Amino acid sequence: MSIRHGLLALLERGQMYGYQLRAAFEESTGSTWPLNIGQVYTTLSRLERDGLVRSLPESEAGQRPYEITDAGRADLALWFATPISRTDRPRDELAIKLALALTTPGVDVRAVVQTQRTATMRALQELTRLKYASDRPEDLPWRLVLDAMMFQAEAEVRWLDHCETSLVRHRPPAPGPAPSSEAVGRSGEEARR
Amino acid sequence: MSALSGTAPAAPDPAATTGAGSPDDPPADAVLDLRDVHRTHGSGPAAVHALRGVSLVVRPGELVAVMGPSGSGKSTLLTLAGGLDRPTAGQVYVEGQPLHALHRRDLARLRRRRIGYIFQNLNLIGGLTAVENVALPLELDGAGVRRARRLAQDALTEVGLTELGDRFPDQLSGGQQQRVAIARALVGERRLVLADEPTGALDSQTGEAVLRLLRRRVDEGAAGVLVTHEARHAGWADRVVFLRDGVAVDSTAPLAGVEALLAGSNR
Repeated sequence: MSIRHGLLALLERGQMYGYQLRAAFEESTGSTWPLNIGQVYTTLSRLERDGLVRSLPESEAGQRPYEITDAGRADLALWFATPISRTDRPRDELAIKLALALTTPGVDVRAVVQTQRTATMRALQELTRLKYASDRPEDLPWRLVLDAMMFQAEAEVRWLDHCETSLVRHRPPAPGPAPSSEAVGRSGEEARR
Repeated sequence: MSALSGTAPAAPDPAATTGAGSPDDPPADAVLDLRDVHRTHGSGPAAVHALRGVSLVVRPGELVAVMGPSGSGKSTLLTLAGGLDRPTAGQVYVEGQPLHALHRRDLARLRRRRIGYIFQNLNLIGGLTAVENVALPLELDGAGVRRARRLAQDALTEVGLTELGDRFPDQLSGGQQQRVAIARALVGERRLVLADEPTGALDSQTGEAVLRLLRRRVDEGAAGVLVTHEARHAGWADRVVFLRDGVAVDSTAPLAGVEALLAGSNR
């Protein structure tokens, strides 16, 4: 998700200046995504450069409000209409870390799994607490953000359980220096092709 | 590579990871105190070591979730905590009373009065109405019928079944039956609530309602132990203990209070 589209969506509600945008952004993401005011102004100036927002005259208090343009509305509509591609998301560092742990000598993979599971479980506990405390009707957007994070944490714990089960069944290839290094070389070459 | 040296295999120390008190320093306010508990089924080469030295302290207002794969000892831990089974070695205290040393009759009384159980299979009695099911442990304990019924009705109200007390189990939905079972576990002055996969086959919304009830009772001062394999359910706990092969391998640190969390997020 881009801050860019977040700000466009907020401006679709009406004109706002920088600090208002920051407050509204944080409110709609339940403060899980803190923005600094510099990010807000940098994003606004890029949006203005691209013709998606326009700045209005400064108020007497010295605040400069922004409003969304027609081009901005079109861009926002396109964003809502387009599914987020999985390949645009950051690589899953945890999956890569575990894959490397399995093949790096001297690493206790089960300990890596357990350390991560404890950390993720703790995050899930905190999210559950926050959700338990947010039961007003106006908390719905925030609860849905929390739900998304909870589902992700839950999926990660399930995947870690799965990894642990697979590790128990796993029989590493018999250590034989020459053949195993050849095998690694071969699979490495295959991967590069 | 120096970061990897810390992950070298090492026998985890369960006492250090479960927040248990040392035997020399018994926590005065503990509702449940398991000390180096072992449970072995059978003997000789065929012996099964269900628990191999687990220590766990649960205080009032604390809900502890126990997670682990099948066969890790989760349910054994719960039956020992509830006095339904006795440890092969180690001690189990509930409100300072040594379950491992109590006479059978005293143990039965403590179980009826102070410990509530919520099981996956509900064990509701089909020939009794909801309110009669909930009142049963009190009546077995010698409470007068009127007092038992009144407390049972209060417990049914607590779980949102005020109007359904005179229904029989087969006239209730699965979720309602589960709530009757919870009312039965919470009725009277239960100080320790033990739940084994309490949401069973319930849908996620109903399951969440069950956990909210458990959480509320604990927030009011009971101590709770929740055995589950679902991370989503363990998320309701203050602390999560991970069991593997009868040993506690890790636990999450106790959470800060809700207030601190909310203050941290400016809400």
